[in-house]
Amino acid sequence: MTRISRIAVALASLILPAVFLAPLWRIQLVAPQYPEGLGLRIWVDRITGLKPNDLNSINGLNHYIGMRPIDPAAFPELRYMPWLVAAAVVAGLLVAIVGRRGLLYTWAVLFTIGAVAGLGDFWKWGYDYGHQLDPHAAIKVPGMSYQPPIIGSKQLLNFHATSWPGLGGWIAIAALAVVVGAAVLEWRRARATRTVALGMVRPVEASA
Amino acid sequence: MPSHVSRRAAALGLVVAGAVAAAGCNRASASRLGEASDAAQRVYVPPGKYDEFYAFMSGGFDGQIGVYGLPSGRLLKHVPVFSQSAENGWGYSEQTKPMLATSYGFVPWDDAHHPELSQTDGVPDGRWLFINGNNTPRIARLDLTRFETEEILEIPNSAGNHSSPFMTENSEYVVAGTRFSVPAPQKDVSIDDYKEAFAGTLSYIKVDSATGHMAIAFQIRMPAFDYDLSHSGKGPSHGWSFFTTYNTEEGNSKLEVNASQKDKDYIAAINWKLAEQCVAQGKATTEPARYAHNLMGDDGIARTEWGTSVKVLTPAACPGLAYYLPTPKSPHGVDVDPSGEYIVGGGKLATVIPVHSFSKMQRAIADKAFAGEDHGIPVLKYEATVAGEVQNPGLGALHTEFDDRGNAYTSMFLSSEIVKWSLKTFKVLDRAPTYYSIGHLMIPGGDSRKPWGKYAVALNKITKDRYLPTGPELAQSAQLYDISGDRMKLLSDFPTIGEPHYAQALPASLIRDRQLKMYNLSANKDPWAAKNEKTTRVERKGSVVHVVMTSVRSHFMPDKIEGIQVGDSVYFHLTNLEQDWDVPHGFAVLGNNNAELLMMPGQTRTLAWVPSRAGIFPFYCTDFCSALHQEMQGYIRVSPKGSKVALKWNSPSYAAGAEQHDRDEHGEHGEHEEHADHNGDEGN
Repeated sequence: MTRISRIAVALASLILPAVFLAPLWRIQLVAPQYPEGLGLRIWVDRITGLKPNDLNSINGLNHYIGMRPIDPAAFPELRYMPWLVAAAVVAGLLVAIVGRRGLLYTWAVLFTIGAVAGLGDFWKWGYDYGHQLDPHAAIKVPGMSYQPPIIGSKQLLNFHATSWPGLGGWIAIAALAVVVGAAVLEWRRARATRTVALGMVRPVEASA
Repeated sequence: MPSHVSRRAAALGLVVAGAVAAAGCNRASASRLGEASDAAQRVYVPPGKYDEFYAFMSGGFDGQIGVYGLPSGRLLKHVPVFSQSAENGWGYSEQTKPMLATSYGFVPWDDAHHPELSQTDGVPDGRWLFINGNNTPRIARLDLTRFETEEILEIPNSAGNHSSPFMTENSEYVVAGTRFSVPAPQKDVSIDDYKEAFAGTLSYIKVDSATGHMAIAFQIRMPAFDYDLSHSGKGPSHGWSFFTTYNTEEGNSKLEVNASQKDKDYIAAINWKLAEQCVAQGKATTEPARYAHNLMGDDGIARTEWGTSVKVLTPAACPGLAYYLPTPKSPHGVDVDPSGEYIVGGGKLATVIPVHSFSKMQRAIADKAFAGEDHGIPVLKYEATVAGEVQNPGLGALHTEFDDRGNAYTSMFLSSEIVKWSLKTFKVLDRAPTYYSIGHLMIPGGDSRKPWGKYAVALNKITKDRYLPTGPELAQSAQLYDISGDRMKLLSDFPTIGEPHYAQALPASLIRDRQLKMYNLSANKDPWAAKNEKTTRVERKGSVVHVVMTSVRSHFMPDKIEGIQVGDSVYFHLTNLEQDWDVPHGFAVLGNNNAELLMMPGQTRTLAWVPSRAGIFPFYCTDFCSALHQEMQGYIRVSPKGSKVALKWNSPSYAAGAEQHDRDEHGEHGEHEEHADHNGDEGN
């Protein structure tokens, strides 16, 4: 790994703890009678309302359509995700310190899998909440489900739901991009080096 | 200036005739409306946009306060103060009933006259609004983050609490004077003994600068005149209060004539800083008194404390405390200009507007320029205090407010107009007709050191043909004028609730962003609050039944109650579990002789009910709260007195209690549990 790649991977690891300070994702709900909007913030270790009582209000409204109340205690992810983030920080730093390309490739693949799995898990929760509705709910619209989008907007009855990464989410995405980017650059560079070596030219610089 | 009652009477007749003629041909109004061809744009506030000013108008005989937006004139809120309000349970709910306690018992109404904003450095600060109850002497304080009445203080030794409440420059005192002199302390005497046995009381009510809480600091016992209106000094005149008087003749009947004999009555100038010193030096006597002090606690429950004494100071015991400024004639308003130098008397039967100078008054006191004494109080020479007289102002001057450009605006009741005049030349600059017979007028901050002199509002006493007719009783009429230019321009008319006697206004930005949106449920300290549905319950103690109930969109918990008996005293303690802006719930029960309730989010309110017959009594939410508001209802079964029907309700606490008591006769456990599960989401 080049010095630049190692520094980049190390920095990507070091900014990752910022996800404890900013939400990963945010879901904004706007309706005619909620011009000020209601919102959820999904953090690495908790789910909160955008405003102090938003979660309570969203749960109150959701009971009309028979959606289960969103209870942060019901998400085991919120308990182990902080450890996964901590592990990612350590892993990234190890990759940077050891500086072996093979480790970097492995880490890039694992990080990507983790991110995709996280989004998949988010989607699954959204799917379950949106589809597993109390059959005795007051409001039943045939064929209607209430799964919020992962990214983008969707009209759910009178609410316009918009879902978007939060600052923490963007930081995680940036960290992932740096790691994957470093891996791609290293892989390209390694291939070029091998080509030069095959041409019996002395390598210009030693891989550190 | 000779007094000719007959000439004045003739003049009044002429004025009335003139007003009718003016109204008939609308000559003046046509030219005025022509000037303000952009009037519609000037008062138009587009949908979703806000007014520039909050205006607080007293409700007069409705006992409340109307809050309006300016320039639109839109009614924003009707705040209950002295009168019960069945709309939301003010004065009916157990928590608010103590607010209307007085030494005369429960007085659920009053005649509310003069709103007054709290001030810092002589400028409205948007913290509190004070208002007087005229009939049963009281001062109320409203909190302007909630637009709710927080405190009501009764004033002993007073009757007709009219020259009230007028703030001192830093809200040190709320000043309150009696309009009707009465024996102080009260006693059973012949009304003919008026001159000997009656007294006029001026009260100084200390305002706690942190909490706003009021306490009567001292009362000044004055001669038995009628103390009509007041204002406090500001700037150089800070430390003084001014009260207009009428009936210095001390008549005790047919005042219409008997109190209109003298050419001049007085403005009483009170040196309240000296009064403070005299009280501190022990020159006041402490007299027994009984008066109610009602304060809303931070638990949302009003409580009454009983005052047992007042400190009374007399001018004789504190020389220099009071002086009289002769002022023509039966003056109504006494208004101090923004600089604090000029004291304007609204001599309602006078032909000029007299303007006293505070600095001249100080010199006259120093030079002992006295015309004599009245009841031992020095009467200053009129020439020694008067700075000027506004000549030919019109007729029936009542009240003056000021702009920030050195102009004064006086309401003229009889000639039905606003007269603008200069504080430099005392010359009339402009006049604008009002429809009809203006009482007070109001300029935002117009009685403060910093008027926002953009608009004037005329608070008219007679409405007649201004709106679509509504039978014999008509709404009062307010009129908005643009006073930003050289000439006043009438912009709009708008009807008002009750009879606004006076108003105050301030820029919306001072209070708009400090508004409370809801009460914090977790901080609810009401002992009967149920902060979640699990703690809802019904308790019987003898013939008293407490129903501890919650409301949340869209159900009550419990909503099915049996075991109530005819003649029980049932207390419904309703807690609104919502923590969402603008989601109040209501509560009403069939045939209740009391009222209904509105509970704001996070708030607990208690309503009493004594069922008078057996049967099934539905209850329901009266404030449309959600798509399932109509379903927000329940039933109470009322059985004859002594019935064996057991107390029973459908909430988790009953299901738990029922298991303990092995109540196998009721096969409804499943339903209770289902209901509890169904509403488990509210526990979050």
